[in-house]
Amino acid sequence: MSAPQSTLRFDLDAIAKRIGGQIGKANGPSRVLDIGCGDGALMAALASDYGADVRGVELDPAKVERAVAKGLSVIQGDANTDLANYPDRSFDFAVLARTLQTTNRPDQVLEELLRVADVAFVSFPNFAHWRTRAALMFGGRMPVTNAIPISWYETENIHHVTVEDFRALAADKGARITREWNFANERAISPLGANWRAEFALFELSR
Amino acid sequence: MISASKTYAISQSLPLDSGQVLDGARIAYETYGELNAQRSNAILICHALTGDQYVASTHPITGKPGWWERMVGPGKPIDTDRFHVICANVIGSCLGSTGPASIAPDGKPYAMRFPVITIRDMVRGLVALLDGLEIETLHAVVGGSMGGMQTLSLAANWPERASRVLVLASTARHSAQNIAFHELGRQAIMADPNWRDGDYYGGDAKPDNGLAVARMAAHITYLSKEGLTEKFGRRLQDRPDGTKGAKSFGFEADFQIESYLRYQGSGFTQRFDANSYLYITRAMDYFDLAEEHGGKLADAFAGSTARFCLVSFDSDWLYPTSESRHVVHALNATSAKVSFVELSANAGHDSFLLPHDQLDRVVRGFVQ
Repeated sequence: MSAPQSTLRFDLDAIAKRIGGQIGKANGPSRVLDIGCGDGALMAALASDYGADVRGVELDPAKVERAVAKGLSVIQGDANTDLANYPDRSFDFAVLARTLQTTNRPDQVLEELLRVADVAFVSFPNFAHWRTRAALMFGGRMPVTNAIPISWYETENIHHVTVEDFRALAADKGARITREWNFANERAISPLGANWRAEFALFELSR
Repeated sequence: MISASKTYAISQSLPLDSGQVLDGARIAYETYGELNAQRSNAILICHALTGDQYVASTHPITGKPGWWERMVGPGKPIDTDRFHVICANVIGSCLGSTGPASIAPDGKPYAMRFPVITIRDMVRGLVALLDGLEIETLHAVVGGSMGGMQTLSLAANWPERASRVLVLASTARHSAQNIAFHELGRQAIMADPNWRDGDYYGGDAKPDNGLAVARMAAHITYLSKEGLTEKFGRRLQDRPDGTKGAKSFGFEADFQIESYLRYQGSGFTQRFDANSYLYITRAMDYFDLAEEHGGKLADAFAGSTARFCLVSFDSDWLYPTSESRHVVHALNATSAKVSFVELSANAGHDSFLLPHDQLDRVVRGFVQ
């Protein structure tokens, strides 16, 4: 299957292509749960381009309303509490894009992702990017960068995380990292020195 | 009894949850928009406790517009240019469908001889109507409040009959608080000397005072504290002779809220039957969808392939968001396709009936 032209944000685009590439290997449409799905851009793309069976969870009622108005199945809910109701392995893929760092207990949310789905995708801004480090080291202030654009007092990011931290968490949880992407300036970069060079990271994990 | 524009006579007896049967039941209903050749564009709208089939047409008694005209009509979120909308009066009610005021086989009104019915029994009546109309699968079933209970009941018990299930400001079970308010209303009716154990039909007087009090109590539960404060505050009511409102140092309706409730109460007695109020509130109190399915709500929806959408309102304390979430969690547990959103509105439970742009977009998007 050739990947269609995408207007998705770069991390979502990578996820869509990756899921799209694996769809059709299993029987029936792939089931995808997108946690922190926003207004459903990734869900809509997966449904229309790949015929996936997609569900979403989003905290912001205005975004839920926009997603539902598009005909998507999205519930207003919280990654911290609402994953518990899904049965084990009820999805082929779970997506947590730029949401991990906003959760109360990222370790528990990752645990839940790997429980409800066979494969989990997790993306987040890398707090160890050199710009972030420089802002702290030389400015002595909490960084405000392209990747972390909101001041410390109003950001939803309550658990900043680095590429190395996430790799360690995955290892702690016994999760296998099956693929990793790194991004800077909205483009994929080589994994060399990713913990310094990547503004964003995306991981594919399974158990 | 009002003659409805359309009435369907159910030919078979309707088995009821109580073990009794209802023979010769009739369902009064209205339709809007054309049914397509494949009979696939029908949307059933289920009405609330004191609602009726006049969802988008003038009420024959009050002369007021249909109760959901802002939602249902040409170009509206439930678009009658595209969909064939059906709205039927539930059994037990009093707008043309068989209820306690109807004539029993012995030629006298049923009154309290009418069998106690449940929400599922109401839906049995609606499904019989769909059979009669030869509509196998609804494009959608939609309901708010008690209509939402019927909608959930249809989805659970006749899962093949609807592809989309839209539930607004509703619940899968009546809480102790819900039952308590209903019992207050029923006791007000039964304490009215004109109630006469329900045998007031054809007499000089109806239990209007009791029914009005029941309505007043219920009406408070449909509104929010902030909505009431905004609309009425502590403002005083101007006198009928035009003099400015002042405390009467008596028990007149000094406050605007008192006057409003009295008006709501007495207006209600013009269009509703007290015994119907007893029967329908009882049906709602008995509603517990999990109980019907072995105590586990998720089992009620096992194997359902319908898409679900639930909407709650943050100021609704009658059926608060937690009740909708309870249903959503059960649907998640069965891997059903479900959407849920809590909308912000300050009108309380009644918000689902009032103008709300976000609600309109959700409804339009979901049923499209």
